[in-house]
Amino acid sequence: MDLDSLFKLLGQGVLAMPALLISVLGVTTLLQRPLGERTISRWTSACVSLGLLSACGVLALMLSTGRRQVPIELGHWVNLPTEHFHFHLKFVFDRLSVPFVILTFVLVGTIGAFANRYLHREPGYRRFFFLYALFLLGMVLASLAGTIESLFFGWELVGLSSALLVAYFHERPAPVVNGFRIWAIYRIADAAFLLGAVALHHVTGGGEFSGLMGVDPWPQGVAAVTEMQALAVGLLLLVAAAGKSGLVPFTGWLPRAMEGPTPSSAVFYGALSVHLGAFLLLRVSPLLKASPWLAAAVVALGLATAVFGALAGRAQSDVKSALAFASATQVGIITAEIGLGLRYIALIHIIGHACLRTLQLLRAPTLLKDYHAMEDAIGGRLQPVEPVASGGPGTPRGLWLYRFALSRGGFDALIDRLVVHPFVALFRVCNSLERRWTTWLCGEEVGRPRMSTEVGGAEVPASASVRTEDAA
Amino acid sequence: MRELHLPWLELAVVIPFLGSLWVRLFRNPDLVRRNALLASGLALLCAIGAWRDFVLLHTFEAHDHWDVLEFLTDADLLVIDELSAPLIPLGALVYFLTMLSTLRTKVKRFSFARALVAESLLLATFACRQPWAICVLMTLKTLPPYLELRQRRESTRVYRVHMALFIGLLLAGQAFVAWEGSAGQHSTATVLILASAMLIRSGVAPLHCWMTDLFERASFGTALMFVTPMVGAYGAMRLVLPIAPDWVLQMISVASIFTALYAACMALVQTEVRRFFAYIFLSHSSLVLAGLESATSSGLTGALCVWLSVGLAMGGFGLTLRAIESRTGPLSLREFHGLYEHTPMLAVFFLLTGLAAIGFPGTIGFVALEILVEGAVDVTSLAGVAIVVATALNGLAVLWAYFRIFTGTRHQTSVDLSIRPAERFAVLVLTLLILGGGLLPQPGVASRHHAAMHLVSSRTQSGLHVDEVGSDHEAETDDDSPSEVNSDNDRDLQTQSDRDDATDNQSTDTD
Repeated sequence: MDLDSLFKLLGQGVLAMPALLISVLGVTTLLQRPLGERTISRWTSACVSLGLLSACGVLALMLSTGRRQVPIELGHWVNLPTEHFHFHLKFVFDRLSVPFVILTFVLVGTIGAFANRYLHREPGYRRFFFLYALFLLGMVLASLAGTIESLFFGWELVGLSSALLVAYFHERPAPVVNGFRIWAIYRIADAAFLLGAVALHHVTGGGEFSGLMGVDPWPQGVAAVTEMQALAVGLLLLVAAAGKSGLVPFTGWLPRAMEGPTPSSAVFYGALSVHLGAFLLLRVSPLLKASPWLAAAVVALGLATAVFGALAGRAQSDVKSALAFASATQVGIITAEIGLGLRYIALIHIIGHACLRTLQLLRAPTLLKDYHAMEDAIGGRLQPVEPVASGGPGTPRGLWLYRFALSRGGFDALIDRLVVHPFVALFRVCNSLERRWTTWLCGEEVGRPRMSTEVGGAEVPASASVRTEDAA
Repeated sequence: MRELHLPWLELAVVIPFLGSLWVRLFRNPDLVRRNALLASGLALLCAIGAWRDFVLLHTFEAHDHWDVLEFLTDADLLVIDELSAPLIPLGALVYFLTMLSTLRTKVKRFSFARALVAESLLLATFACRQPWAICVLMTLKTLPPYLELRQRRESTRVYRVHMALFIGLLLAGQAFVAWEGSAGQHSTATVLILASAMLIRSGVAPLHCWMTDLFERASFGTALMFVTPMVGAYGAMRLVLPIAPDWVLQMISVASIFTALYAACMALVQTEVRRFFAYIFLSHSSLVLAGLESATSSGLTGALCVWLSVGLAMGGFGLTLRAIESRTGPLSLREFHGLYEHTPMLAVFFLLTGLAAIGFPGTIGFVALEILVEGAVDVTSLAGVAIVVATALNGLAVLWAYFRIFTGTRHQTSVDLSIRPAERFAVLVLTLLILGGGLLPQPGVASRHHAAMHLVSSRTQSGLHVDEVGSDHEAETDDDSPSEVNSDNDRDLQTQSDRDDATDNQSTDTD
């Protein structure tokens, strides 16, 4: 077996393992042959371990042969030559994707082992692991994507699984409302991403990153576009990254995401999902070199997020929210580093931050127990830590900052006031007008409930009558 | 014209019609259901047979073997071509699955005989290319819902007014087309009249209220079977596209994109499940006509792909809502219902079909939407942006409805609400098609691309549209007569088609 075949075999192994896991869990559920907890756990361990081994194998081969970029071509998924439309299945192992995919397997594997015990005998155990597998597949596809369409594919899978896992405890309304809120932010990010992908197609004639950034391995690529084109495509992708990574003004979804079970909070919003926006910016970083204005926008957004996260995190009263804003702070700094062109530092920062935050979030549920253990050991109460803020909450500036931090910058309220409420009000008026129009057209009295004579021949309001027969 | 190996089309049309007469002989509702299912199932098999046979013939169009209708009327009334080949089985599938998933407790209230007549009319419409015959069939197709509304003693006025307007414009437009003759271009007024008819039938805003009204007043199954096959879009492709200048198509496209956006926004503020479905369906179905733009092959390919994906996905979405409603009664979206624990499979299927409709990766809608957006951006970037925004809003609406219906609380009931075997079969079939089409999209996309090329070619031959190929030819052969140019275009089309086939084979080999 020659070297290229070995690379291809291992590369396909990295991609196939998450796909196998989702297939097994999905098909058995669909056929109503659900697997037991132990079987799910074994499948998960096996697929993640084999995927990780394959990724490590690729890394070892790359290091031993000195190759810095290994493309894995799987052919055209869709090809319309006369329309110049093709969906190329190309994945790339390089200095960006390999660390990220190994990080993904390590953290997801750790969380899988943790969740197996944490969610033991939970009614939603299978649902959790199905979404977990969907997330893993999305992360691996996004990490290794050699075309913007493949990256979008993985990006969407990550988004859906994240939103549904926030709503994991779905018998209560609060997680569901928060899950929907996150989905709404993700849809904005997805729309911007899709438009960015289409713009990229039009600028370069295809969706391959090599067409945009040249054939040089990451991070030495040079953008083959003009400054204005780089700015236009880059701004769209920056909006997408801001939505996914919880940058200002979308930071509000990060603490909401903590409604999910601790394992998913740890791996998604503390470690991997929250860094996917930063990963996207790293992947298209040659665009930042091509447009100083774009780089400046990235730095500004990153710094604004870092400052806001640091402020808001200090006013949180629960540990998971405080950790969420701490994540936002670090992601903001990482984004600023990317904007400044410090790509390797940003990559190392991502890896370090993801590991630390995963550990912190996994330890969060046992924090109270730790406190009690320490208090038992010293035989008294632990001294509370005094705030070190210089302004102090007593001064007007301090009070304003405190209110600002406590209300999480008011970003969610601002979005509600400026976008959601006017939108709902406008279309409720349209709905009302339509109803009046159809009622008038029917010759019925406006405002009078529509009458039905279907229940026992007696005339009752249609809305009150149980019209299950309508469903026929 | 080449012949199919069997009279598939005639059988697909006649079997449900005869079935409708046959089931009227029974009084036992269960026997009616079984016989209706048999007739609809046979029609579906014939439709699939016609499609398969057509694909194996490698031709643009074909008609039945032993064509009795041709013998009687001396005209090729029933023909299968690139455009209609997948639509015929799709329509038959929607009808079959709707009848199959009708619970036994509801069979007394669902008119299987009327549904079979409607199926026969639908399949005849899709298998017909004669303009007058299409007009007559589309007119007749409006009758079954009207009769049901009458039978239920519901007000028919909204439906009647809109359909009367549609039929009036349709017949008037076609009469003008016939009067002006087939040679040369048609007057603007004629084209606009026909286009308006199709826009009304497709439910373009602000003439869409008949659709929400129908869903509120008719049974869910009847409304679903009437709108899901998107007969208005078919009429537009057959009657308007061959005669309309580019600016009329752009007008249709703009109106459809506006409808897609407006309906997506309206879906988000609905508080009743049926109105919600009507709007979200309207938003998606409008995207099919949005792909007309300037009748470029890329835009049309996207539109035809979206047609199939929306037909399957929204059909499944509607069937899920119908199944839920048949268990719980009318659902309000104002509060949470928490049905997941009782009907997990329906919940998953609801999400899957909703996501497929919005073009989620891995489902049949993903590539379709990508091609549609690409085609739209080729014409104007604003259209592409509008389509993406509409899709994003629809994505919000799908998950919002999912959360409202299946989560948020614990649903207390002593009745078994779990999925029934017939429903499970419907769910599995549609899941297979949605995921299969999503994971292996090339055959479907290539087939839709051939159909789009054929539609563009027919417009080029009429002198209505000059595509890039046509432009090149005009530049090279200024002195050529139109017929020579057309024959050149035909040859190009054939060559491109062969090239695509070769590429398909190559990619299959690579796989």
